[in-house]
Amino acid sequence: MSVYILSFVLFLVGLYGVITRRNLIKIVISLSIMEFSIFMILVLVGYIDNGLAPIVDPASGGQIYVDPLPQAMVLTAIVIGLATTSMLMAIAIRLYRKYKTFDIRELKNLRG
Amino acid sequence: MEGMSIIVKKVSQLLAGLIFVYGIYIILHGHLTPGGGFAGGAIIAGAFILLILANGSSALNLKKEISGSSNTESLAILMVVVLAMMSLAFGVKVFFSNFLPKGEPGELLSAGVIPLYNIFIGIEVAGAILTIFLALVIFKEESSK
Amino acid sequence: MELTISIILGFMIIGAIYALHAKDLLSAVIAMGIVGYGLVICFLLLKAPDLAIVQIVVETITLVIMVAVVLDSTRKEVEIKLDRRTIINILTGFVVFAGLFYFFILAIQNLDPLGAHSLRMSEAYVEGAVEKTGSVNLVTGVLFDFRAYDTLGEAVILYTAALGVLTLLRIKGKK
Repeated sequence: MSVYILSFVLFLVGLYGVITRRNLIKIVISLSIMEFSIFMILVLVGYIDNGLAPIVDPASGGQIYVDPLPQAMVLTAIVIGLATTSMLMAIAIRLYRKYKTFDIRELKNLRG
Repeated sequence: MEGMSIIVKKVSQLLAGLIFVYGIYIILHGHLTPGGGFAGGAIIAGAFILLILANGSSALNLKKEISGSSNTESLAILMVVVLAMMSLAFGVKVFFSNFLPKGEPGELLSAGVIPLYNIFIGIEVAGAILTIFLALVIFKEESSK
Repeated sequence: MELTISIILGFMIIGAIYALHAKDLLSAVIAMGIVGYGLVICFLLLKAPDLAIVQIVVETITLVIMVAVVLDSTRKEVEIKLDRRTIINILTGFVVFAGLFYFFILAIQNLDPLGAHSLRMSEAYVEGAVEKTGSVNLVTGVLFDFRAYDTLGEAVILYTAALGVLTLLRIKGKK
């Protein structure tokens, strides 16, 4: 059980960053950390003791394989994570060029 | 963004070809070994990113590159949808059904349409990552001028 | 197995905490790399080579993009003064964390312990999958045959993100 709890602690660290940090780059980093912890929990759920990696050898039967379903889900989620992170970075650099700051509280005051 | 020293340029030119071929291998063997379209596409994009970072952006025409990469990406995702539609015309009339013969499991030419999906998804992922990277580079170039 | 992964997770947590508290944005970005590459080692230990290959390449590209953005703008962290609003934020955060942690402990009571997972839903994806899809790699079989709609949606999201980045960075804004 300890691995699940540690993964959730990693999630909470990311959430703490999103709530308390004021720098846009730090917020993007925190979102990435939350993503990673979710990947970790999903892959941990599918692990089977003494299971092989999910590549079937047609010659030998009767082996135990690790659950391929969470792995397929995480595989799509990793690439989506890359897409969202780069989109957030594009927004951050665009905002920096206009307002010369990454501080979200100042950005809020400058609105309008 | 100017390039790096001559040693970095030469080594990156030597390595980029190998990385590119490795990406193609990962895509083509996606149904036999670990890997597949996502991993191979990201590796191919990585080879291009290595070349751009080492040689600097002045070595190539960025505007032409970005229109090429975004067109490639759009065509690749269109081909994925067309392949999925083709299964409505042949065999079982189900979206995304595997209409080609399966073949012997474990051979390179097997698994029906799965290698074709792997190839087009690989091109799509490579094009998308490269488009994002080139857009950032062009933005940096234009604002520093 | 459980002990090894716990140690790597501990390192990842330390790296994450350092990334949030670093004074220099460049070292924060590099410290995020600790978390990402630690995840690669965990994937390899958990028998997921497909994920390890994808994660190591994606992490490298993410780091390249983030370092480029940080070097292009500023490396200084916004200094945080402990005013009333910050303290209220942190206190609210800890109350929420306590609640979330309590419900997580309740939720994992029903989960199988690590390594004793029973295939419920994915039994159909493993039994006879090679005959059904023809693909020896089960993950590819799930990705492009049983759950191909997921993959199509994922590819569309990637395409939309590339379009979004193009729209954000290539338009000429009003001065």
